[in-house]
This record gives sequence, structure tokens and C-alpha cells, in this order.
Amino acid sequence: MEKRVTFNGWLLPAALIFPQILISAVFFFYPAGQAIWQSLFIPDPFGLSSRFVGLGNFEFLFSDPFYRASFVTTAIFSTLVTLVSMIPALFLAVLADRLIKGAGAYRTMLIWPYAVAPAIAGVLWLFMFNTRVGVVSWYLGQLGYDWNHVLNEMEAMGLVVVASSWGRISYNFLFFFAALQAVPRSVIEAAAIDGAHFWKRFFTIVLPLLSPTTFFLLVVNIVYAFFETFGVIHTITSGGPQQATTILVYKVYSDGFVGQDLGSSSAQSVVLLVVVGVLTVLQFKFVEKRVHY
Amino acid sequence: MTSEAIKVAPASVSRRGKEPAPGMVEKRGASIWITHALMIFGVLIVFFPIWLAFVASTVTQPEIVSPPMPLLPGEHFFENYKRALFSGVNVPVTTMLFNSLVMALGITIGKITISLLSAFAIVYFRFPGRNFFFWMIFITLMLPVEVRIVPTYEVIASFGMLNSYSGLIFPLIASATATFLFRQFFMTVPDELAEAARVDGASPMRFFIDIILPMSRTNIAALFVILFIYGWNQYLWPLLITTDPEMNTVVMGIKQMFPSGDDTADWPVIMATSILAMIPPIIVVVSMQKLFVRGLVDSEK
Repeated sequence: MEKRVTFNGWLLPAALIFPQILISAVFFFYPAGQAIWQSLFIPDPFGLSSRFVGLGNFEFLFSDPFYRASFVTTAIFSTLVTLVSMIPALFLAVLADRLIKGAGAYRTMLIWPYAVAPAIAGVLWLFMFNTRVGVVSWYLGQLGYDWNHVLNEMEAMGLVVVASSWGRISYNFLFFFAALQAVPRSVIEAAAIDGAHFWKRFFTIVLPLLSPTTFFLLVVNIVYAFFETFGVIHTITSGGPQQATTILVYKVYSDGFVGQDLGSSSAQSVVLLVVVGVLTVLQFKFVEKRVHY
Repeated sequence: MTSEAIKVAPASVSRRGKEPAPGMVEKRGASIWITHALMIFGVLIVFFPIWLAFVASTVTQPEIVSPPMPLLPGEHFFENYKRALFSGVNVPVTTMLFNSLVMALGITIGKITISLLSAFAIVYFRFPGRNFFFWMIFITLMLPVEVRIVPTYEVIASFGMLNSYSGLIFPLIASATATFLFRQFFMTVPDELAEAARVDGASPMRFFIDIILPMSRTNIAALFVILFIYGWNQYLWPLLITTDPEMNTVVMGIKQMFPSGDDTADWPVIMATSILAMIPPIIVVVSMQKLFVRGLVDSEK
């Protein structure tokens, strides 16, 4: 895609593009370069000099059981967040799509959580499940279930997953709903004439037609779970208990800022860079594909 | 990287008409009511955390710490909100709200401005290094702030921008997403317009201001909604660089309101602050719903 008609000169466009290039250079490329550079060194304890260790930080990182555990935690966490945020959203979108009247009103009410920051979502869910004052944990106690996410690793994971997924339900709902509305009516009616009942139509016609949206949301939600859930984890569990909810991004923060281990934190940043790179390529691969869908 | 994640939505968004005529596959009678009932049930569950926070912000501390707390609002609405707004825990919430507003608007306006300019340069000019710069911007998509926190923090510290608005805003301003969006849109602007402008002897900037900007109004508004929420909801970055409570933003400041030891948190004030912190983005999303959905979904084509 190129414009046929363009303007001449190079000074003006250079001036126009300059602000963005400057900001990208100072706040993106320089720091990313620094992260890669620092990942090759170990600073001495006084921070006066640093020693070149090559890939030593990475070797150390991948032999560190805590880091490997954090990888597994992140994998479990992002899988669960993706499922818990997409399945209810699809279900609600299918319901809303069946309605002729009122779907708009439901949509208005369902998009509220999207506007709530992950960190605030964390505070809200923490409040409901607080071991001392939480309403839900109190009723669970009445039912004989002793909720304590401060000590129980599974419960801590469950709570951060639900709190992270909650706002994403709105986001996913919007996309599924729009995609469902775009499914051609004629196809559905043809299937209905042939005697296919609702669920049969859903699984054989609607779901395949939704696959581009589903795949897009899959990637976007994984990216979200990897990078944007820091606020939820920081407010609810601070990575605990015993690192049970320390996802990779949280570990970069806790090692780099709390533990002041710059070499390791930089190496972790570089690993995350690779992860983002892979996810972005996946996303664009999919865009290419969808053109031919 | 909320806004970064919205770049490539599927094209399956064309509406099939606002109110489709009831065809043969629409359900009637009992099943429509079941659908409504399920939908309302879903909405209630999704809504419950916000409702509970609101209730907690209208009752007293003793009512909360002796569970179960009531599920209907109490009578201490004004008292709690006044306490939150004007005294808070570390710093009045009005201060934090103001900081959030400055940050959100700074990021939004900054991103839109630099992206409009650079997209215009990339689409309407042929200059040396154009492709190189385009890829340079493109690649920033892959560098969310979470990944480069330590070195970016060092950059900000060396500029003396800790605890400042510029430190809050600038690192989050470069946006490949917005640049792509405007580039996509400029591509659809008919060539005849630029041609006519050139024949009439209008300078590129005149063309930009008189033709391109007015045509981009809807795109700008849609992006505004999404970027405002992105900016308002930032957490990790303000947490790192605002050590002075006076500079805290409201979203990151809430966590700072919890006592560090074993003391009981001041729940009514914390919950009132949570509600205050979510009101601006909710107003933006709900009141500009059409633009918001468009920004999320339609603009990706």
C-alpha cells in the first residue's frame, strides 16, 4: 500500500517524525539495549564496577529452580486467565446475540469492568475474599470451607486468576458479540431449515466462523496475562505464598527493584523480550492468514 | 500495554443491521425469558464486586470488620467520601485524582499528537530512511514498559524526572499502535484530495490541518477513549517512580493505603477511593460507548 500522490521535501517529514523517533530512542531502544547489555554483566556488591560474564546470567537463571518455577506458574496462570475470561464471555455473547431487544442494555452494563484497572480489580477481589472481613470468604466459612489464600497456594492462584479475568470478560464479550452479529443470517437459517438445532448450529457453523476472533483473543489475552496483570498480583498476593503466584513480570520487578539483582533482572527482561517477540509474530502471522480465511 | 494489544482485530465486525427482522431462528416465548434470566444472572455476577465496593464505601468500619458486612448501602456515604477526598490515608485522594488526570491526559494527548505527525510523514512523503523509521516505530510494539522497567527507571532517574509528571508521561508516550491506526486511515483518504491541495498550491501542513485533521476526528476520538483508560489505569510505572506520596496516582495509591503491619485497613476509605478511581474511566467508557467499541473493534480493519 503506497500513496500515489505525495509531497516533496525531506526536511518537513523529518521534523514531523522526529518526536516519535526521539521518544522511542530514549525510552525504548536505549533501555532495551541496556537490558541486553547489563544481562551480560554482574555488578560488584558496591555497584562500582561490573564483571563480564557472557551468558552466565542466563545459565544461572535457567538453573535457578525459582525461575523455572516462575515459568511454570506463568504458563498455568496465563492458560487459566485465558480460559476463565473467554468462556464466560463467549457464553454471554451467545446469549446476547439471541436477543433482539435489550442486547444493547446488557452490553452497556457488561463493559463496566473493562474500565476498572487491574490493580483496583485486585483490591475489590481481595476485599471479597479477605480472610478477616471478606464477605465471600465468610459465607464459604459458613458452608464449612475454610478459605485462606494467604497460606493456601491453590487458593491464591485461583483468586489472582479470577481477579485478572474479571475485567477481560468485558473485552472478550465485546469482540465475540460483534463477531456473532456479523455471522450471516442466511447461513444460520439454511441450517435451521435442514433441521439443525441450536447447539448443532453453534458448534458446526457459528464457532468455526468465530475462529479468527477466537484466535485473536487467545493471543491478546495471553499477552494480557503475561504483562498487564502485575497490578492484580501486587495488590492481592505480592507473589506469595512461597512464590506460588510469582509470574515472570512480577519476578523482574521483585528481583530488580526489591532484591536489587540487576544482572539477573536484566537477563529476565531479555527473556521476556523474546516472549513478546514470539507472541507478536504469532499475532501478525494470524493477520496474514485471516486475509485468506 | 493495553493499547498495544488492540492492533489486529479480525475484520468480522460489519453489522448485519441494527434490529434484524425476527427470522425463523429467533426464539420466542419461554426460551427468550430463560435467555434474559441467564443474561441478568451473568450481569449480576460480573457487577457484584463493584456493588460490594460501593456498599463498603457507605458503611462504617465496625460494620465491615464484624462479618458478614451488609449487602445494602449504609448511611455514611458523604462522611466516608469526604474523609477520602480531603484527608485520605497518606495524602488526600483529590491530589491523587489530579495526578492521575494529568498523567492520563498527558499520555493520551502526547500519543495522539506524535502519532498523527509521524503517520502523516510516513504516508505523505518519500524521504530517505522512511522505511527504516517505520520499522523502528513498528518494533516498539514489542517493548512493553513491564519488560524494560529497570533500565527505563535508570534513564528517568538520570534525567532527574523521578516524582515528576514528565517522568510519569514520557516513557509511556511512544505508541506504535496509534501510529499504525492513523497510517491505515490516511491510506484510505482519496488521493484526489492531496492532488487538489497540491494543484491549489497548498503547503503540506495546510493540507494536514485543513483536510486530514478534520477527517480524522472520529479516529482521534475513538483513540482518545482507549488511551485515556490505558493512561489512567497504569500501575507498575507510577509505583516505581513516584516515591513521594504527593505524586502518587490514584490507581497505584490505593495499595499504599493498606497498613504494612497487622493493623486493620481503613476499609470504608479504601473502598471509597476505589470507587473514585474507577469513576472517570467508567464515565468515559459508558458515555462514549459507541466510540469506545469502535476504537476497540472497528478501527482495526
